[in-house]
Amino acid sequence: RFVGSLGTIIIKCKDLRIIQLDIPGMEECLNIASSIEALSTLDSVTLMYPFFYRPMFEIVEDGWRSFLPDQEFELLSSVTDEWRLSCINKEFSVCPSYPPVVIVPKSIDDEALRKIAMFRHGSRFPVLSYYHKKNGMVMMRSSQPLTGTNGRRCKEDEKLINATLRPGKRGYIIDTRSLNIAQQARAKGGGFEQEAHYPQWRRIHKCIERFNILQESLIKLVEACNDQSHNMDRWLSKLEASNWLTHIKEILTAACLAAQCIDREGASVLVHGTEGTDSTLQVTSLAQIILDPRCRTIHGFESLVVREWLQAGHPFQQRCAQSAYSNSKQKWEAPVFLLFLDCVWQILRQFPCSFEFNEQFLIMLFEHAYASQFGTFLGNNENERSKLKLPQKTMSLWSWVNRSEELSKFQNPLFEANSLVIWPSVAPQSLQLWEGVFLRWNRPSKFLDEAHEEMINIIKYNKELQAKVNALRRQLAEMETDDRMQENL
Amino acid sequence: VLHSQISSIEKQATTATGCPLLIRCKNFQVIQLVIPQERDCHDVYISLIRLARPVKYEELYCFSFNPKLDKEEREQGWKLVDLNEEYNRMGIPNNYWQISDVNRDYGVCDSYPTEVYVPKSATAHIIVGSSKFRSRRRFPALSYYCKDNNASICRSSQPLSGFSARCLEDEQMLQAIRKANPGSDFIYVVDTRPKLNAMANRAAGKGYENEDNYSNIKFQFIGIENIHVMRNSLQKMLEVCELKSPSMSDFLWGLENSGWLKHIKAIMDAGIFIAKAVAEEGVSVLVHCSDGWDRTAQVCSVASLLLDPYYRTMKGFMVLIEKDWVSFGHKFNHRYGNLDGDPKEISPVIDQFIECVWQLMEQFPCAFEFNERFLIHIQHHIYSCQFGNFLCNSQKERRELKIQERTYSLWAHLWKNRCDYLNPLYRSDHSQTQGTLHPQMAPCNFLYKFWSGMYNRFEKGLHPRQSVTDYLMAVKEETQQLEEELEVLGERLANLQKSQLNDNKVKSKQQDRSKQLGLSTSNNSLANTPQEYSNDLKSFPSRSPSQGDEEDSALILTQDNLKSSDPDLSANSDQESGVEDLSCRSPSGGGCLPSEDSGKDSDEAVFLAV
Repeated sequence: RFVGSLGTIIIKCKDLRIIQLDIPGMEECLNIASSIEALSTLDSVTLMYPFFYRPMFEIVEDGWRSFLPDQEFELLSSVTDEWRLSCINKEFSVCPSYPPVVIVPKSIDDEALRKIAMFRHGSRFPVLSYYHKKNGMVMMRSSQPLTGTNGRRCKEDEKLINATLRPGKRGYIIDTRSLNIAQQARAKGGGFEQEAHYPQWRRIHKCIERFNILQESLIKLVEACNDQSHNMDRWLSKLEASNWLTHIKEILTAACLAAQCIDREGASVLVHGTEGTDSTLQVTSLAQIILDPRCRTIHGFESLVVREWLQAGHPFQQRCAQSAYSNSKQKWEAPVFLLFLDCVWQILRQFPCSFEFNEQFLIMLFEHAYASQFGTFLGNNENERSKLKLPQKTMSLWSWVNRSEELSKFQNPLFEANSLVIWPSVAPQSLQLWEGVFLRWNRPSKFLDEAHEEMINIIKYNKELQAKVNALRRQLAEMETDDRMQENL
Repeated sequence: VLHSQISSIEKQATTATGCPLLIRCKNFQVIQLVIPQERDCHDVYISLIRLARPVKYEELYCFSFNPKLDKEEREQGWKLVDLNEEYNRMGIPNNYWQISDVNRDYGVCDSYPTEVYVPKSATAHIIVGSSKFRSRRRFPALSYYCKDNNASICRSSQPLSGFSARCLEDEQMLQAIRKANPGSDFIYVVDTRPKLNAMANRAAGKGYENEDNYSNIKFQFIGIENIHVMRNSLQKMLEVCELKSPSMSDFLWGLENSGWLKHIKAIMDAGIFIAKAVAEEGVSVLVHCSDGWDRTAQVCSVASLLLDPYYRTMKGFMVLIEKDWVSFGHKFNHRYGNLDGDPKEISPVIDQFIECVWQLMEQFPCAFEFNERFLIHIQHHIYSCQFGNFLCNSQKERRELKIQERTYSLWAHLWKNRCDYLNPLYRSDHSQTQGTLHPQMAPCNFLYKFWSGMYNRFEKGLHPRQSVTDYLMAVKEETQQLEEELEVLGERLANLQKSQLNDNKVKSKQQDRSKQLGLSTSNNSLANTPQEYSNDLKSFPSRSPSQGDEEDSALILTQDNLKSSDPDLSANSDQESGVEDLSCRSPSGGGCLPSEDSGKDSDEAVFLAV
């Protein structure tokens, strides 16, 4: 959101829209510009819109209480008793970026967890991310181990992650950094799991870029999409130069690999990068979309976003501050969540009938992650959210979305529950630019919208007919039994 | 399970362990055979070469293909598309246009049809005179006429103007075209070549119209490249498609360097320009390139498609190809190498037109009665030579060969299976199916996309695993069944109500009724279960042996590596590079590998090929 000059104000929005206002009068123009400028770069979180927003709708269900860890654990304990809910982080005292309660192996007590926390970057010890019901394999996530140059080890850490293995089985550690970068991290006290200390685990490095590179990529991509002058050649080379689709491919590939280890190899997986708050979450959440049909429903996807992004401590406030048009360098800005949504869209495009939600749902989440009247995406972790008293002072996005009026906009008419694992293709031919976001404001969408409407109508008509036929059948059956009874009489 | 031998275009025998034979097909399939004995391989190679390059038309498949239809059905098939009927549909003949028989015995132009439509004021003298001033004597003739405003699209070859030559009859011919559109005082003359190419042609005594010599024309160049550039461009793009596990950059760079999409855009832009002139300005257009049978055909047919919703129906599209391509002497034999010939004559001219249609379908999902499969099958049969439609280079040659008596028509075959080719989103009363289509023109390069459904057609793993089209078609079919059932049920209900008053007949009727009811119920529930739906998706690739091995070996290797987990760093970096090799495509370019149990589970890409 930055402002031009001379009677016209150009507002560049976080949702990538560009608005031009022509204002007569130089002084007025400057005034408006400076107040927009001021309002769009507030220093304090508590001055932001969610704190003043008064909902104009009836709240059916409080979104702040829709996705509690206890519920998630209840589901888990109905299939396995090897895990427990630990309240070790109740006051955010062990790990500031973790939620108050986490799921850990039953055999590991809180004392051990404390020790492990000391051994992991930002105290993010390994916790359960996903349990694969089909074969009991699990996916855990954490941050990098603090081995340093002298190869520190932590027996409890080894014990914890080994506790997730079946006897005689091996697991995979997916490190979202290249081996090189992981090795360099040792100099700064970080590092990776040494085979000698984790003999039952095989480490795989899948490089996913870090946030500043991703942000640059987004800026380049958006520039390319807005460039009205270029010819065909330059469009493709600019798309290529932005590397955006390369990042998509890397992230999807890593997620597919994690899913493959779990479902096909029957192995448990631990995922981490450096902090475990960015690429780690991309991988764990996408793997769940691939593996778990529940995550492809609207409610299940919301739950996934809450668990694997909000509660898992993805720093939304830092990452989603200014979006693509920021000209001041934002050190922590990065489209990590947008990349995740883009990957989900890619899978959705390849499996158009397996998702309960549609593209609009993903676009809506993108918009709200960057700017919203709801408090859901404020703060960087649960700790900050509780300090800001967001649940008391602001409205949850889920309270708004999960009402039937809104939900109907986000439903995919083609949805047919698909209980299978869905394996997307990651070949370049299969990945496309997400036009719904990046070309949203500069492509004609009328005809595509019409097509979508047509699709909805076809399916709606079909459903109506089904209902009618069923009603008639019932009526017939009733009349026939009446008939028969009469006859018998 | 190979297809018609003729489709194999290129073979590269490289000897290694065993003897691999790489066969590239004109429909973009790539097959790799491994033959253990080198001598056998050579034999196969030699005989395939011979079979792939027939020298006589009689060797082609269509002369032996017999779909077990009787003579009458075959004749009916050929009558499905009738061009006179089509010109009648446009409102011709009328006060301005008439059918001319100057080319009765192909006496004026041997690559034109016998029946040509020309302005009424153009006498035989003018036509013959004009033809002498045009390359290959391809004089201006009518391609499309818009009866709402009398504007028309005519086509010809380049004039033999050289640097200063003139021809009175040709100038009169263009006048006649202008006069046939009384609402407009000029015509556009569109030369679809780049200006440089056209100027170079002047040195050879050819060239383009000089605005000073022709009264009331507006001359316009549109830079579409020639067949050689297009051939190379496709070649480059196919190389990209065949890359083994390319990176995103490899792919996008390759696509860009091929220039393919740029050429597609150029053709589209030309079509859009002409459609606009005709529909919005009401001005007639004369289109030509060099000989007027490649770029001219592309541009005229794209413009017609944009202008007239009829050409966006299945039948109309057949008519369009028959009109602008077959009848006006597009050199199918030379361009698509049906017979052994000059490889420099081969070029994907009609492929580009078909792709333009696909690009339009992507932008206007409701505007076309047919779907992507229809286009792919037409493309396939242009090369397959299974049907006689696209044989030879001109109508004259086809008549001499008695094609219609000796072969079958593709259009009848497609028409018979038309249910497979329907676009479920098409509705004849939808706004997109009315009037002219207006694609965005200026800087919308991102509208043109790589068509993996065509160029990676046989790598099913790359495509969306669930087809919206198929799903909607299934839904629509079910809807139809429901409609029928509803009617039957309603009737039965009425009967039942009557029969309740009329107790005598109840018994017999009831049995009959319940029997029918049971049947329809089972049909219905079947159509509604996910199983039937996933059967719709059974177009999973039939796996070639090499692909099967690939998946297994990948998994086995992974386990091997598991056993040898070395703490040592050098081994780590080995593993690292191994993992980087990660691919989702088999070395044969086979796409994602299907799993054995594709019924039970979806296909799986091998993400971990160590």
